[in-house]
Amino acid sequence: MASASSLAASLNPGTPPDTGSRAELSEIDASARWPVIVFLLSALAWLLIGTVFAIISSIKLHTPEFLGGYEWLTFGRARTAHLNAVVYGWSTNIAFAVAFWLMARLSRARLRHAGLLVIAACFWNLGVTLGVIGILAGDSTSIEWLEMPPYATPLLFVAYALVGVWAVITFRFRRTEHIYVSQWYLLAALFWFPWLYSIAQIMLIFEPARGTVQALVNWWFAHNVLGLWFTPIGLAAAYYFIPKVLGKPIHSYYLSVLGFWSLAIFYNWAGVHHLIGGPVPAWVISAGVAASLMMVIPVVVTGINHHLTMVGSFGALRYSPTLRFVVFGAVNYTLVSLTGSAMAIRSVNEITHFTHFTVGHAHQGMYAFFTMVMFGSVYYILPRILLKEWPSASLIRTHFWAVAIGVTLYWVDLEIGGWIQGLQMNNPGIPFIEVVRNTMPYLFVRSLAGILMTIGHVAFAVNIVWMLGARRPAGATAPTLFHNPPAVPAR
Amino acid sequence: MNRGPLIFLGIFLALAFSWTGIVLTNQIQYGRLTPFYDQNEGKTFPDKPSGLAERGRLVYQDLGCLYCHSQQVRRPGFGADTERGWGDRQSVARDYVYEKRVFLGTMRTGPDLRNIGARQPSADWHYLHLYDPQLTSPGSIMAPFRFLFEYHRVVGERSPRALTLPADYAKQHGLDRPGYELVPTPRAEALVAYLLSLKDTYEYPEAKPYVPRRPEGAAR
Repeated sequence: MASASSLAASLNPGTPPDTGSRAELSEIDASARWPVIVFLLSALAWLLIGTVFAIISSIKLHTPEFLGGYEWLTFGRARTAHLNAVVYGWSTNIAFAVAFWLMARLSRARLRHAGLLVIAACFWNLGVTLGVIGILAGDSTSIEWLEMPPYATPLLFVAYALVGVWAVITFRFRRTEHIYVSQWYLLAALFWFPWLYSIAQIMLIFEPARGTVQALVNWWFAHNVLGLWFTPIGLAAAYYFIPKVLGKPIHSYYLSVLGFWSLAIFYNWAGVHHLIGGPVPAWVISAGVAASLMMVIPVVVTGINHHLTMVGSFGALRYSPTLRFVVFGAVNYTLVSLTGSAMAIRSVNEITHFTHFTVGHAHQGMYAFFTMVMFGSVYYILPRILLKEWPSASLIRTHFWAVAIGVTLYWVDLEIGGWIQGLQMNNPGIPFIEVVRNTMPYLFVRSLAGILMTIGHVAFAVNIVWMLGARRPAGATAPTLFHNPPAVPAR
Repeated sequence: MNRGPLIFLGIFLALAFSWTGIVLTNQIQYGRLTPFYDQNEGKTFPDKPSGLAERGRLVYQDLGCLYCHSQQVRRPGFGADTERGWGDRQSVARDYVYEKRVFLGTMRTGPDLRNIGARQPSADWHYLHLYDPQLTSPGSIMAPFRFLFEYHRVVGERSPRALTLPADYAKQHGLDRPGYELVPTPRAEALVAYLLSLKDTYEYPEAKPYVPRRPEGAAR
C-alpha cells in the first residue's frame, strides 16, 4: 500500500512535514516574499480606497444631496470607481499574491524571477490607478465590469503577460509528481482570465460588435470574471487551507475532480442569465439558464468536499483565524451559488432582475465568499513570509466579527429589500416612486452594514502595518490564535 | 490528474465551448443585422441618431446613468414593463443596430428609459429634472446634476432654454437675482437631446406582440 499512502500524502498539504522539508518550505516562502508583499500592500491600499467610494455611493442612494455638487463623485462615477477599485485593485491584487504563494508551495519549487512579478505589480497598479482616475474624470466606458478607459487597459495587459510568463515557468519547474486540486484551479484561472479580458476588450471597445451582441459579450465576460477568475482562486485557497490548518486530507479526491470539471464546463455558459427577457436570441438565454442550473453539481460537490472535511473539527474554528475566515467563505460559496442558480430560473428572475437583490447577491459572492477566503489566506501567509507573528489577536477578532456581521447584514438586507422591490415593480398598480420609497430603509441599513465592514478593514490594515513595523523575534514563536487551545496532556 | 498538458487541454476546451456558443455563434447569427426597409414609408428603421444626440450618449455614458436605468422593454406578461408604460412593445435586437454602445442596463433603481423620449417629450421637464430631481419627482433618489447648468448674468436676450424655476424654490436657493438666468450647458443640451431621441415607436415584423396560436380543433 506504499503507493496509496504516498498518494494520500501528496494529496494532503496537511501532512506534517519532516524537518528537512520544513526548511525547504521556509526557503520557498522566503523566495516569494517580495512579490507577495508588493501585491498584498497594493491590495490593501485598494481595499481602503474602494471602501471609501463604497460608503460614498451607498449614502448617496438614500441621501442624494450628499456631496451632490461634485461631478466627479456623482453616483454613477463613485459607484463605478468603487467597483473597479475593489475588483481590479483589491481582489485581483490579492488573488495574485495568494496564487503565487500557493503555486510556489504546491509546486515545491522556489519562486523564480521574483523581479518579473514585482514589475508586473507596478504595471498592474499603475493601470488600475489610471483607470479609476479616468472613471472619476468622466472617461468611463459604461460597460459593466469593463469601465476603465482604453488608455489604462494596455498597462494591465503588460502586467498580465508578465504574470503569465512567470506562471508557466514556475509550473514547469515544479518538483512534485502530483498536481494538487488547488493547482488545477490556479492554472485554469491564470489561463481563462486573459482570454476573457482580451476578447471583451476587442469586441466591446476597440472593434465594437453591432447591437446587442455587445450585451452578450459583456455578460459572457462579466460573469466569467467571477466564475472563472475569482471563484477558482478562492476555491484553490479553500482547498489548500482547510486541510492544511486541520492537518487532515481533503474529504474526497474524486469529488474534487468532478467539482473542478463540472465548474469548468457549466460556469462559462451561465453569464447570459443577466439578459433574461432582453433583446437577445432566446436560445442563448435558455442555454444560460440551463448552465446556471447545472452549476448546482459543482457547487454541491465542492460543498460536500469542503464541509465534510470540516466535520469533526469544528472546534478548530475557535482557535484559528485562517480557518474561521476560510470556512465562513466556503459556507457562503455554497449559499451564494445555490441562490445564483435559483435566480436564473425565469420565474424567479422576473422578480429579482433589475433590483437590489442582485447587488446583495454580488456582494455575497465577491465578499462573503471570495474576500473572506482571501482574508483567511493572508492571516496564514504573511507570518510565514515575514517570519513574524500577528501583533494583535483582538484586532483579528475585531476584523472577523465586523466584516462577518457586516457582510451578512448587507446581503440579507438587500435580498429582502430587493425581493420586495421586485414584487412591487411587477405590480403596475403601485406607482414607481412608491417602489423607490419603499427601498429606502433597506438602502439605509446597507450603509450601516458598510460602516461595520469599514471598521473591519481598518482593523485589518492596522494589524498589517503594525506587523510590518514590528521587530522580528529572535527565537521560535507561537502562532497568533483567537484563543490558545488547551494543552494536550503528556501521555 | 497528473498530466499537465491534458488538464490544460480540458481547461482550453471548456472556455472555447462558451466562447464559440455565446460570442461567436451570435456574432455570426445576427452580428450583421441591418436596419429594416419599409416600402410603404420608403425609408429604413430605426432612425439614425442626430449628431447632438450622439454627443449626449457620451454624456450618458460618462455620468454612469445606466447603473440605475435600464434601456430594454421586456415582453408583455414578463414583468410589468408595458403595463408601466415603459414601451408599447418589447425591445428587439434591431432597435439597437445604430448604437455604438448598447446600454441595456441591469438595474432599475430608476425607471426604464428605452422610450423616455416618447413618454416625456418636454425638454424643459428634463432640464428641471436633471437640475434637481425633487422639482419634478418629489421623493426621488436620483442624483442632482447641477454641474450641468450655469447660473450667469443675462447677456443680451434671455436664453430660450433658461430654466423656469418655481418662485419659492428660486428664492430658497438664491437663484432669483434679477438679470440672471439658469441655463443648461452644452453637455446638458446634448444629454437631453439624447434622452428625447430614445423612442422605439416603429413596429418591426419581429416585434409584434406574441399571440399563442390556438391548436386546431381546440375547444373555444
